[in-house]
Amino acid sequence: MLPTELCCVMGYLSFITTKSKQFQAIRRSPLSILITTKSATDLEKPRSNSIAMAMAIKLSLLLLVFSCSLIPTFSLFEDQVGFMDWHQRYIGKVKDAVFHTQKAGRKRVVVSTEENVIASLDLRRGEIFWRHVLGANDVVDKIDIALGKYVITLSSEGSILRAWNLPDGQMVWESSLSGSKSSKAFLTIPANLKLDLDSPIFVYGGTCLYAISSIDGEILWKKDFIPEGIDVHQLILSEGSNVIHATGVSDSSEFNTYEIDVKNGAVLNHAKTSFPRGIFGEILQISSDKSVALDSSQSTLVLISIINKQIHLQETHVSNLIHGVSSNTIILPSKLSGIFSLSTDTFIAFIKLTDEGKLHVMEKFDKKVVVSDALPLSENEQAFALVEHGDSNIHLSVRLVHDMSSNHLKETVKMDHERGFVEKIFINNYVRTDRSHGFRALIVMEDHSLLLLQQGEIVWSRDDGLASIIDVTTSELPVEKIGVSVAKVEDSLFEWLKGHMLKLKGTLMLATPDEITAIQKIRLQSSQKSKMTRDHNGFRRLLIVLTKSGKLFALHSGDGHIVWSTLLQSLRQSPQCPNPTALKLHPWQIPHHHALDHNPSVLVVGRCGLSLSSPSTLTIIDAYTGNAVRNVGPTHSTVQVLSLPFSDSEEQQLHLLIDDEKRAHLYPRSREAVEIFEKESQNVYWYSVEADVGILKGYGVKNRCDGDEFCFEARNLWSVVFPSESEKIISTVTRKGNEVVHTQAKVIADEDVMYKYISKNILFVATVSPKASGPIGSTTPDESVLVVHLVDTVTGRILHRMTHLGSQGPVHAVLSENWVVYHYFNLRAHRYEMSVIEIYDQSRAENKDVLKLIVGKHNLTTPVSSYSRPEVSTKSQSYFFTHSVKAISVTSTAKGITSKHLLIGTIGDQVLALDKRFVDPRRSLNPTQAEKEEGLLPLTDTLPIIPQSYVTHAFKVEGLRGIETIPAKLESTTLVFTYGVDLFFTRLAPSRTYDSLTEDFNYALLLLTIVALVVAIFVTWVLSERKDLQEKWR
Amino acid sequence: MAVQRRSKLNSCSLLLLLVQVCFLSLSCSSSVAIATGNGGGYTINGRVKIPGLIAKGFGLPVKANNAKVILNGGQQVTFLKPDGYFSFHNVPSGTHLIEVDAIGYLFSPVRVDVSARNPGKVQAALTETRRGLNELVFEPLREEQYYEVREPFNIMSIVKSPMGLMIGFMVVVVFLMPKLVENMDPEEIRKAQEEMRNQGVPSIANLMPRGN
Repeated sequence: MLPTELCCVMGYLSFITTKSKQFQAIRRSPLSILITTKSATDLEKPRSNSIAMAMAIKLSLLLLVFSCSLIPTFSLFEDQVGFMDWHQRYIGKVKDAVFHTQKAGRKRVVVSTEENVIASLDLRRGEIFWRHVLGANDVVDKIDIALGKYVITLSSEGSILRAWNLPDGQMVWESSLSGSKSSKAFLTIPANLKLDLDSPIFVYGGTCLYAISSIDGEILWKKDFIPEGIDVHQLILSEGSNVIHATGVSDSSEFNTYEIDVKNGAVLNHAKTSFPRGIFGEILQISSDKSVALDSSQSTLVLISIINKQIHLQETHVSNLIHGVSSNTIILPSKLSGIFSLSTDTFIAFIKLTDEGKLHVMEKFDKKVVVSDALPLSENEQAFALVEHGDSNIHLSVRLVHDMSSNHLKETVKMDHERGFVEKIFINNYVRTDRSHGFRALIVMEDHSLLLLQQGEIVWSRDDGLASIIDVTTSELPVEKIGVSVAKVEDSLFEWLKGHMLKLKGTLMLATPDEITAIQKIRLQSSQKSKMTRDHNGFRRLLIVLTKSGKLFALHSGDGHIVWSTLLQSLRQSPQCPNPTALKLHPWQIPHHHALDHNPSVLVVGRCGLSLSSPSTLTIIDAYTGNAVRNVGPTHSTVQVLSLPFSDSEEQQLHLLIDDEKRAHLYPRSREAVEIFEKESQNVYWYSVEADVGILKGYGVKNRCDGDEFCFEARNLWSVVFPSESEKIISTVTRKGNEVVHTQAKVIADEDVMYKYISKNILFVATVSPKASGPIGSTTPDESVLVVHLVDTVTGRILHRMTHLGSQGPVHAVLSENWVVYHYFNLRAHRYEMSVIEIYDQSRAENKDVLKLIVGKHNLTTPVSSYSRPEVSTKSQSYFFTHSVKAISVTSTAKGITSKHLLIGTIGDQVLALDKRFVDPRRSLNPTQAEKEEGLLPLTDTLPIIPQSYVTHAFKVEGLRGIETIPAKLESTTLVFTYGVDLFFTRLAPSRTYDSLTEDFNYALLLLTIVALVVAIFVTWVLSERKDLQEKWR
Repeated sequence: MAVQRRSKLNSCSLLLLLVQVCFLSLSCSSSVAIATGNGGGYTINGRVKIPGLIAKGFGLPVKANNAKVILNGGQQVTFLKPDGYFSFHNVPSGTHLIEVDAIGYLFSPVRVDVSARNPGKVQAALTETRRGLNELVFEPLREEQYYEVREPFNIMSIVKSPMGLMIGFMVVVVFLMPKLVENMDPEEIRKAQEEMRNQGVPSIANLMPRGN
């Protein structure tokens, strides 16, 4: 309630300026207020002026009543949502899409994505109607729509089939199809097949074929292919017939076809032909009785035709068909009847199957052509779309399958080259008013964005690359240019006052609904928030995020809009870099005041390939424009990136990139950097964690490599080997490099001091017994042991080791200052637990003696060094915690003075802020009076979950993966960016905003109070004068 | 109406737990099942009940539409059917943890023992309260209110607040002190006034320009 008082004080003692420090002083001593008020009333002569006094006080009372109606912000009110936070919902890279465009009702498209999301999108605007994020092990294989009202998803390699209600996304039924062997999974939903009022869905998964009722998910029949040892490649259900054709390959390389009765799953016919060479990839059906496949050498096309229930194979060499063919031939899985497309390294060819059974190449395109599936227009007509790339545009053409030569429709769409190439296309048609067919195309781009094209225009686009963020860093915005016109100020002053008057009305609950919406609008629109310049408090920043697609986005922290985005050329597929993956993002250049002519820049490290030894690429990107400043690579491999605490004269941060042969490569590659580094090289240490073999290793710099002055050999300084039969590393956590600690001393009750052991080189390592490394439920408490270690990474010294019997992972931990908090599962209690370890420096504990301090016999000035091997002592405590955890982080502030909150990403994709005081190992059941005064909480066995302290309030950050905290310039405040499939950003003040007024602060009320007080003083003065006169006359 | 509602709830509280599912059908031979490790397993069926809302007859409330049920911290995730039922398939025997994630509600995780020896036997307990469950029905421990409630403008709340008390005290002083002063000896008052003048307390009245 203290801030309430504050407000009241504000109202009453209106002459107090808005400087925060003064507030604090006043808040500390509420008595002083009384004294002040009394002295204010003593101003007049007590007897003669009592009426005047009373009047003045009455007036100020009224003002107090006004001002006290301001309730302080501890947590969030519902109308403050979106005021300092933003939430963006994404779905990820679309891998499959099904349109639902009936004449009546809303037009939508149902998609499944690589982030394992199924979603229903509004086809008009691209908004999400509903969305579900499936479990990580439950990958969606296929989606489709059944009965026109259910979305059917097949997931977990064809073992789970679910139906979702199309309008609202409610799950209708779920069936588990337990196959015995993993296999391909596919789903066929016949359009017009009816079996006893039921329309079955045919699912192949786990080498079994199922017919499933689409109404309730009951399994109607099941046909197992395991006894025959056959892996089915395709299911064909011809229109109007009651027979399913299943074509498959057996283990012994035989082609098999089955005819199966749709009613009961009985095999009507089975034919097989031997094909000893085996096939590569999939069999593709091209007409009702013909399919095509590639042999295992990828050089021969096999045409499979079923004539009179017998299989006939016809082989054609690819090189005979297409001259000058290169390697890596694959059949593209586009469903076009009578035509299939063949992709090689250099081009894509469309091959038509003529009526005589001959293969005929129709057209050849260069590689960058993307083809959609065929879309039936009428009974005999099918269309498909084809996208080609131009310079800054793409050419979309729709062709009819039976008339390949001419384009049914050709459109050119301007395309931002930062979106890259088209990766997938899905088409849908609509009937125009003149009864001709119109087409809309949904395209997935290289940067994972999703666009809808219609009539040569981009109708909407979604930047779904942001659903797969790999790394985050921040950058300051440019400094504001000085020079503001007076007219603008006057205009805004009026607006400002008006806004505040409205707010005042709102706080007094006098506002009409219209005015409330206006207030909300003013709050959200505050132009200050999304300005492109640096602000005094450091709230406005650029969040630079690296996504899986290799695209870098800069988001404005005010409202989350994309300032710029760039598709990194170094992370695009090229002959030099076949499988690029983005790895890391580091701030590269952080200019301070004397070097402001440089823009800040960031370093992006990528890798060309999947193995650790593959070469890496480095790109330096200007943080204001998104332009690539420099490109290095592909060059040596990169396993680790170390950001050194040194910078050169251009304020470029020195970085060490460690390759897989433990050589350290210095960047920037300049003489100056080498000089700086060589001076400090004796103090550069790093470590590696080899989790699979259970070894920690520490390294230092040895000497230069031969022939490369920017490369240094490493020497192994120490190793910690965990016995593989009893300990397996499951988690390692270290302190954030940029963390600031305010003080080493911690004053505890009884005026005592404890010295925190603060070292940047502490590594937290959690190991479990090998049997406990599986999921919960796979082991018994007796077999599982969790051991946590605190290791000094310079010397390899184990500072502390603690064993939790009967506990197992997963372990999520956060290390900050001198403490580590970790979350694990206690099998005995069968609950999650959180433990804290605090580590204190005992060698400094002797300094309490005042005499010693005076004589100078203290060691407070000795620097903290890993080599000094100080005596450390630890304190530890454990608590139960209700939820599973996905990530833990801690708030960080500019100077490290503000108290800390743990930010816990729970299994429900929410972020809970938990005061560090709850995880203080000095908590006891009955704290003494002194400890209570210190702020120590009584010990409880469970950590509290207070709903109001959810940072994400009523939002969910679906698929939460990471929580990043960024200190603002204002000491009390920290910025929190949470990412997963969704993004969420907010501002937190762990000890409330003690150093500034809240943005809700009503300046108009303050002004009004001052004015009213001045008026009151004048009125009382006049009254007192009159009274005086009357007294004198008497 | 109330009676109807209750009967509905009772009829809904069906129990069905840990039914060993005959996945090992004749055709899917068990030898292969062991090889891939997913042939055997149990099914856990349960139900999530959100009282008050479900009884309205619209099935699950919109709020619970996105509810998820999570096994062992993410090993399996499933969703609720319109009647609130859920099931996990292919669960190996052992002791498992089930959590319900529904925004706006706090659910206690539940430990469920799936025993290989006597299939069909239910052993489930809320981990928060250590209360045993006869049937696997999840009910929220509480509804979660994520926002502070803005209290309507109320005179009493101000009066009750510390500032209000202070104001009250001041009011007492202002209106009762003069009364006390009246009862005092006029000599003493004069003395006190003189003292005050001698001290020369800065007064706003002194600072003001005199009108005449």
